[in-house]
Amino acid sequence: METFLGIDYPTWWFLVVGALFSGYAILDGFDFGAGAWHLFFKKEKSRRIALNAVGPVWDGNEVWLVIGGGALFAGFPVMYATFFSSLYIPFMLFLVFIIFRAVAIEFRSKEPMVWWRKTWDTTYSISSIMLAFLLGVVLGNVLQGIQIGPDYQYAGSGFFEFLNPYALLTGATTLSLFMMHGAIFLLLKTEGQLYDKIQSLLRRGMVFFMVSFGITTLYTLLYIPHLSDDFQQEPLLFVIPLLTFLSIANVPRLATRKKFRLAFLFSSLTISFLLVLVAVELYPVLLRSSLNPAYDITVYNAASSTKSLKIMMVIVAIGAPLVAGYTLFVYRTFRGKVKLDETSY
Amino acid sequence: METEVLARIQFAFTVAFHYIYPPLSIGLGLLMVIFESIYLRTRNPEYHALAKFWTKIFALTFGIGVVTGIVMEFEFGTNWAVYSRYVGDVFGSALAAEGIFAFALESGFLGVLLFGWNRVKPWVHLVATVGVFLGSMFSAIWIVVANSWQQTPAGFHIVGEGLQARAEITDFWAMVFNPSSVDRLLHVWLGAFLAGAFLVLSVHAYYLLKGRFMQISQKAFKIALVVATIFSLGQLLTGHHSADGVAKNQPAKLAALEGHFEASAPADMYLLGWVDKDKQTVTGIKVPGGLSYLLEYDTEVPVTGLNAFPEDERPPQVNAVFQFYHIMVAIGMALILLTLLACYQWGRGRLFQKRWLLWAFVFAVLLPQIANQAGWFAAEMGRQPWVVYGLLRTSDAFSQSVTENQILFSLILFFLVYALLLVLFLYLLHKKIHHGPYDEEPGEGRPRTREIAEMLTKN
Ligand code: HDD
Ligand code: HEM
Ligand code: HEM
Repeated sequence: METFLGIDYPTWWFLVVGALFSGYAILDGFDFGAGAWHLFFKKEKSRRIALNAVGPVWDGNEVWLVIGGGALFAGFPVMYATFFSSLYIPFMLFLVFIIFRAVAIEFRSKEPMVWWRKTWDTTYSISSIMLAFLLGVVLGNVLQGIQIGPDYQYAGSGFFEFLNPYALLTGATTLSLFMMHGAIFLLLKTEGQLYDKIQSLLRRGMVFFMVSFGITTLYTLLYIPHLSDDFQQEPLLFVIPLLTFLSIANVPRLATRKKFRLAFLFSSLTISFLLVLVAVELYPVLLRSSLNPAYDITVYNAASSTKSLKIMMVIVAIGAPLVAGYTLFVYRTFRGKVKLDETSY
Repeated sequence: METEVLARIQFAFTVAFHYIYPPLSIGLGLLMVIFESIYLRTRNPEYHALAKFWTKIFALTFGIGVVTGIVMEFEFGTNWAVYSRYVGDVFGSALAAEGIFAFALESGFLGVLLFGWNRVKPWVHLVATVGVFLGSMFSAIWIVVANSWQQTPAGFHIVGEGLQARAEITDFWAMVFNPSSVDRLLHVWLGAFLAGAFLVLSVHAYYLLKGRFMQISQKAFKIALVVATIFSLGQLLTGHHSADGVAKNQPAKLAALEGHFEASAPADMYLLGWVDKDKQTVTGIKVPGGLSYLLEYDTEVPVTGLNAFPEDERPPQVNAVFQFYHIMVAIGMALILLTLLACYQWGRGRLFQKRWLLWAFVFAVLLPQIANQAGWFAAEMGRQPWVVYGLLRTSDAFSQSVTENQILFSLILFFLVYALLLVLFLYLLHKKIHHGPYDEEPGEGRPRTREIAEMLTKN
């Protein structure tokens, strides 16, 4: 197989998709997380400030989902097809909540009535929670493996198969991680009373995360042995979980010292490290068949032709700096604490 | 109902709903760029108010366009798994390029466009507006290229067999410039410009009729009228080109568009009609030999008819294809008439005195919308029974593992959610239009009698 810098093209594309998903998780992670806390803020002004903290960026964050999805389709069409058709219900729910959330952000401030705003606040918060949770549920299913039969066809049945204990655990962990991450983001954007309030919420968020992460890790080690295989064969890989734990431990340390910029950096790193961990555990498998390893979908049997992958590497090489450029521009334009003005939500 | 039928209904419903918004965003983007550029040159605050006003409405259409678009992107995987595996290698790259070049550009600048009026210099803001507009034009490129590839595949070869068969790319540029993409892209762009221009025309015609925001509305109306006139005429050209292309590349579709059955005979052109598929007749008003003439400039030249194709390679719903196509063409003609008439009155200096004409523009906003939808329905239903023309059948393309109940569940869910979205959209649109481009001074606007309004319109 052709290689570039000693790495074959499907693996390159695996790295690209991984980077996109991790970018997506960091970015939409903080705005889902911020949304999950929304109902904890009681005053109208606090809610507006919290909403406007994500106002100018949430849409750009969702583009990472669009690009990630496109990249998966383009590079691993087999994975794209099997993944989305076998987890049909969670993905459909995900799409519906994406819609509700966007609508809530857009529509909330369009009317002054209390009932109107309350309705949209609730919608916004619940859909943020559900989105974070569903992402975790999907991840849990990927980690565990699903019932893939011959010809890459899903062979399972039933509406609710995706809701199994492990998926619920990973769902809760993802939610708690995003809530911690989102609270830190909000701290960077707020001041005064609201700032104090969020600090106390962050403490709760960190506890929630530590507990659910601990349980999930235990469950993984006890019941899902195939996920730790790689580490037993290649002890060097232990560096990754080690880094992950260090990075997680750093978040509360920095938060108690009120270094929220750094804390945000480390909660972002935590998200990336956890995904790297997932990637290492799976690679070269993309979607594990729980029926028969011969039916696994791997980066090799799922990949597009080398020619196509090459074309797309060029597209990425041209596109990525552009995207980085204007992302920086937007975050610079809207840096600093939120100030409400006539263009705010 | 069968999975296939449900999957098709769901796809058609969600994509048709999506397609209400992008054309508005693209078209409004064009007008926003025009208004803001004029403002930067003249520093006349009226144009600033116009740019700001239409940006707010743009935000609305854009927001709904984005969320309904995300649904579309994932629906290929959820509902059309076999199709996705088959085409992924070829047009996955078009979709990936769309994400990186188009959507990221759009959304990157969107924040500045909507929230940056007071934060960046006016010219930087204009750059953001242009960025968002170009981004939306780009999104049309890649998605139409992908769709055109499945209408007229090129630049690929087939690898593998059965459920594992798939198309692999051999020539990227041949894939991008497949025989129908340029024609169709131009046609889609112009359709979008028309959708935007007619919304602007409609709203400002309404203000003029109600005697509100008179000065600013006259300016906006004239600009949008120029845009609408140019592109209505242009649409006839690009549409004709598309029809030529369809005749060459998808003869069965062309035969369905015109309800032409005989295997090989000169073909008539119907202005309107009704197709009876079983009796193979069309009843209606026709121009004898019209289609032959349009394609070959000779009324006697034979045109391939539906009977030249085996039964299972003809579009099954001939009458629907015929009707959608004829609705679109009729609307195209109506738009040309309407805009030319308005230009004529403008030339005579009476544009704003013809109240009936302004009323016609108030309602004409629906026409490009209907034509855009009808055009896609004609193009996509005319492509049946193929999902990739001549290569992959729709009946083989859906996700085999998804059950009827699952699709029924999601279909109902989308139906409810989209109904709510539509209601909210119309409600907020109405509210923004009601409020208008700026806060009226007390005494301005209502209550104002029709006489005063009419007096003011005379200038
Ligand atoms: C890149 C691909 C692509 C693009 C840009 C579009 N479509 Fe499409 N369309 C498909 C890809 C597709 C498809 C996945 O290939 C379908 C599903 C079933 C089929 O036969 O083709 C389809 C079917 C389909 C049908 C059902 C036809 C039938 O089942 O008889 C309708 C009415 C539309 N589309 C309408 C539209 C509209 C209004 C679009 C404008 C936004 C549009 N399509 C863009
Ligand atoms: C099945 C086909 C389609 C798919 C899969 C699709 C996909 C998408 C996606 C994922 C988005 C959201 C992007 C974001 O987050 O910013 C979107 C928005 C958009 N789409 Fe589509 N789309 C389809 C059809 C079309 C067509 C035919 C056009 C062209 C005219 C179009 C033009 C746009 C535009 C301009 C936007 C930006 C939002 C807006 O302006 O309303 N789309 N689409
Ligand atoms: C004036 C006469 C018109 C003619 C002769 C014409 C012709 C055509 C033809 C032949 C197609 C099918 C192309 C294909 O399947 O590849 C088509 C599609 C389409 N038309 Fe038109 N059209 C006209 C007016 C309009 C107008 C006024 C609009 C909208 C404002 C419009 C919007 C569309 C759209 C959105 C499509 C689907 C996309 C595509 O296939 O290009 N058309 N048209």
